[in-house]
Amino acid sequence: MMARYQYNILLALAWAALTGSFTLTNFAFGLLLSIGVLYLATEQTNALSNIVRLGRMVGLAVLFVHELVLSGWRVARLVLSPKMTMAPGIFAYPLKVDRDFEITLLANLITLTPGTLSVDVSEDRRMLFVHAIDCSDVEGAIRDIEEGFERKIIRAFGR
Amino acid sequence: MIDLILNYIAGILILVGALFTLTASIGLLRLPDLYTRMHAASKAGTLGSCVVLLALALQSNDAAIALRALAGILFFLLTVPISSHLLAKAAHGAGYNLWEHSKRDDLTIAEEKARRAKPAAGTKTPDN
Repeated sequence: MMARYQYNILLALAWAALTGSFTLTNFAFGLLLSIGVLYLATEQTNALSNIVRLGRMVGLAVLFVHELVLSGWRVARLVLSPKMTMAPGIFAYPLKVDRDFEITLLANLITLTPGTLSVDVSEDRRMLFVHAIDCSDVEGAIRDIEEGFERKIIRAFGR
Repeated sequence: MIDLILNYIAGILILVGALFTLTASIGLLRLPDLYTRMHAASKAGTLGSCVVLLALALQSNDAAIALRALAGILFFLLTVPISSHLLAKAAHGAGYNLWEHSKRDDLTIAEEKARRAKPAAGTKTPDN
């Protein structure tokens, strides 16, 4: 069973193909149309949650860009400081998300956020091993991921 | 007027992007081991490239070029974490140690636990 946003994209692609113009505005228009069509074609509650999900995905993207800028800034400050004081290490992060797609997304987001880099996933997919530049407060780092990205991923893509 | 402002913004963005890329390469030289180096390469490097591409998208005045630049940003964000993750994983798998002043290494602990658990499981299987 395909997720709803995949139907949205397919319908928008079909719209672009049928009208014969693959410009961004036309595609966006097709996307709007597809949301409207799906809204009419399915039960109201589902269509509404689709829009809510889209909003949450946008929220995730905004958080991500903010974190990316912050992490670039932190690396720059660390690298340019004369003494480079740090306490790096690898800690294990207990995963709540269990689907491949969600784990991949979380691992990617972790890599691009301040001070953390995902190294490996355990074979039972319960642990994510994360390398951190600053391992002095592992509990705090785990809490940050739990309450930031992981919760947002579950809210945006969770079943 | 708007063109002028866009040009200035694009120029500033290119400068900022170049500076981030510079710090990424300084980090590659100064940081002590592969894992900390991947931090510099993946974060500052991605941010630098993305900011420069963003400047291109702003400055181009052409939807086709701007779209391609934005697609480039997207592909950077999708591919850089995967490659740095694979590099770090491969290095750890090959036995490349963390920097000597590193604080902890849960991955090695977990691997050793798995290694110790395996022979124990192996002794049981002949009975089955």
